[in-house]
Amino acid sequence: MASKLGVNLTVNGRSHAVSIEPRRSLADVLRDDCGLTGTHLGCEHGVCGACTVLVDGKPVRSCLMFGVQAGGKEIRTVEGLADDDTLHPLQQAFWENHGLQCGFCTPGFLMLAAGALEENPDMSDDEIKDVLSSNLCRCTGYQNIVKAVRIAARELRARSRA
Amino acid sequence: MSYIGRSLRRIEDRPLLLGAGSFAADCNASDQLHMRIVRSPVAFGRIVSVETAEARALEGVVAVWTIADVAELPPIDFRQMGLETLAPYRQFVLARDYVRYVGEPVAVVLATDPYVAEDAADLVFCDVEELAAQLDATAPPVAFMPDIHPGLLSEPAVLRRAYGDLDAAFVAAERIVALEVKVGRHSGVPLETRGALGIYDADKNVLTLYGAAKVPHYNRDAISKMLGLGSGRLHLSEGHVGGGFGIRGELYPEDVLVCAAALRLRRPVKWIEDRKEHLLAANHSRDQVYRLRAAIDKRGFILGLKAQFFTDQGAYVRTHGTTVTDLSAAMLPGPYVIPAYSVEGHIRLTNKTPAGTYRAPGRYESTFARERLIDRIAAELGLSPIEVRRVNFIAAEAMPFDRGIKTLGTGVVYDSGKYGDLLQRVLDRLDYDRLQEELAARRSRGEHVGLGIACFVEKSGLGPQDLVRIKVDRRGAVEIVTGVASVGQGVETALAQICAETMQVPIERISVIHGQTDRIEIGFGAFASRVTVMAGSAVKIASEALRDRALETAAKLLQTTPNALHLSNGTVAAIGGAASLPLGDVALHLEDCGGLTSEGRFVAGHMTYPYGIHAAQVKVDPSTCGVTIERYLVGYDVGRAINPMLIEGQIVGAAAQGIGGALLEEFVYDENGQPLAASFADYLMPTCHEVPEVEVLLREDAPSPLNPLGVKGAGEAGINAVGAALAAAIDAALQKPGAVAQLPITPARLHAILRGSGS
Repeated sequence: MASKLGVNLTVNGRSHAVSIEPRRSLADVLRDDCGLTGTHLGCEHGVCGACTVLVDGKPVRSCLMFGVQAGGKEIRTVEGLADDDTLHPLQQAFWENHGLQCGFCTPGFLMLAAGALEENPDMSDDEIKDVLSSNLCRCTGYQNIVKAVRIAARELRARSRA
Repeated sequence: MSYIGRSLRRIEDRPLLLGAGSFAADCNASDQLHMRIVRSPVAFGRIVSVETAEARALEGVVAVWTIADVAELPPIDFRQMGLETLAPYRQFVLARDYVRYVGEPVAVVLATDPYVAEDAADLVFCDVEELAAQLDATAPPVAFMPDIHPGLLSEPAVLRRAYGDLDAAFVAAERIVALEVKVGRHSGVPLETRGALGIYDADKNVLTLYGAAKVPHYNRDAISKMLGLGSGRLHLSEGHVGGGFGIRGELYPEDVLVCAAALRLRRPVKWIEDRKEHLLAANHSRDQVYRLRAAIDKRGFILGLKAQFFTDQGAYVRTHGTTVTDLSAAMLPGPYVIPAYSVEGHIRLTNKTPAGTYRAPGRYESTFARERLIDRIAAELGLSPIEVRRVNFIAAEAMPFDRGIKTLGTGVVYDSGKYGDLLQRVLDRLDYDRLQEELAARRSRGEHVGLGIACFVEKSGLGPQDLVRIKVDRRGAVEIVTGVASVGQGVETALAQICAETMQVPIERISVIHGQTDRIEIGFGAFASRVTVMAGSAVKIASEALRDRALETAAKLLQTTPNALHLSNGTVAAIGGAASLPLGDVALHLEDCGGLTSEGRFVAGHMTYPYGIHAAQVKVDPSTCGVTIERYLVGYDVGRAINPMLIEGQIVGAAAQGIGGALLEEFVYDENGQPLAASFADYLMPTCHEVPEVEVLLREDAPSPLNPLGVKGAGEAGINAVGAALAAAIDAALQKPGAVAQLPITPARLHAILRGSGS
């Protein structure tokens, strides 16, 4: 077995000291070493985006990044999206608009959209669709996902103005 | 308060939104071992040896097994539609004597860490004497396993069905129309790969398998039989399931190996498939070639249809037996009268991944073939394709319509349908004549745009039965326990809506337990668009019984008669009076005599047959050979809509999958049988850019007379006719009738059509 390295990860504002093999993907570290199984693995080759998390605010495929590369960075996962019992506007919009069926791709879409909207709160509908084309969903046919993100974007803009 | 018919948000969504779901890979047990499968690197060959010593020597490896270590395990049997002649073609859990496809399990590694298990699997060497792979299901059959089964050929069965006087039809024909079409190999490809965790509890002598899906009760019995486990010794538990689509939850070698290893090694065993494995090892589907000959009169009415088709079953016959071929043969006539019909469906084995069902099995394919035929008839006679469909439709007055053949062991009897009426509604929605003029005008300006229509009949609500139990506790919480399964389609919400409506209980108080073999003794699972029809009807029956029991009990307590009471908002109340009793209090009163519980069983001898129409408008770019779908409409009669939002979700999602199979997705093999689509970079699934806004025209014009709700299934409507509608639209866009004869319509195939070198 390869030797392990000690890494300190900050996930959803909490510190996790883990000892991991250098070859271990960030997704596996989050799931197995930090116990945060909300980040899902759909392909492990960077296409489906189910494993999308935010690293220093940017959407990242956690299957394509090593855990050891994430030391010292701020990581956010789907578990950190809601404010205790209050769903994030994206989560709420996915719920109201039937933006999920099996729910497996949902955490990846939520984090992808959350990161993109933080970077550019004023994305046009077309820009939103462009961003969402990064990830795969096999159940919904996407239209309710696109609709939910557009609605959440409006809600987030309204909040920031309030 | 009314619950049925409302687009309520789902009761199952919250944990999924919070990242708190429990999918197969999310299940863990302390001291668990990780299983990794060593798969065949070649498509066909005789196994000389499987060398495992190096893998065994790796630190952390606990066991490496080949077929010699599990020689006592029988092959995996058929769940449905088995035939005696199919038996020799079943797959063993690990390859025995021969390998027959790239990806076939050859050995299994069990290690303390998943990375180590994968390292060790790389060290197992499969010495195989390679043979020429059979890759064309229409080619003459060859030997299945030459040395082991001498004389056994790669055609396990030919299904034949017929009715009517076909000879007379061809004698009377004005014209004979013939065509050959092909549907490519693609499959469900759920976003969650397969996975399992087996835990053996030695104290209780019970093995539990987590990660179950689709048909947990059947699989419990099948695995028990294979492993020689007595009744009650195996429990299957379904957590969240990341998409099903027909392929997930069938019994596969890996499920059995997890159970065998957990029992033998007395440690929990976890297996999570990677995506490459999924694309090589989980059921493929479709891959059929149809040859049709129709005898028609001058109006385009089909007097008789003679059909021959080939199903490329891949390397072995899996749990579905003849299902896909059987359904293809029975559903090929679709919504049309076709008074005489004969069909010959050849099940052929090749050296590709074994095939099974995928959403609308046998219908996506047969609808493509039939609707291409209708379009060909219209083109040859110079008639409108709409008119030819009208002429052939089964009239509403002819319902129920007995097709005179069987499928899945039950007679094909269309229970209700107004096909002509739905067609008119779709044309009205499209503003058909105006739209055709507009498209013609665009074509005259040099654009390649066109509209295609395709009609279909679906089947749903496969029996034989389903059972549910409902219990109310002293807090007034309602628990529904059912043996059906959830693959993410909204089962919990749909069943809760039916219960809430019938009992007049707030939906927030209802929970639905599914897919747990230790909670209910029977269950028939989630497939064939059966859940809302079968379990939904059982829930209605159980809810009525529970309501009656509650009213009777409350009547005694309130010193009145049940007729004077009703249930409203979870409380028994006097009609027009002040007296009331919360349902929880009624349950409390009954706690000493079994509680406030009920049971509902719904038995169905026949399936119910919904129907629909797809309309596609496309634009072809001749420079890139790309296809843009400008508009997509699905008209569908579901009988009765429990939750329109969820039904539309099913239809839109299925349409997206249909678009994938029609334009993008294909399991391609090279001439040696090496799969070329083994990643998401090569197996192309639609993103939100390829899927248009799908409009849904949802109708409730022909409720089913076969169940107390009038419902029909909704799972497969959105995919059924996508290939057919897009092919017709592309033909129209190119103004080349019959140009598209093969799915998927890839840029390369479109390029060949545009250059005039065929499809």
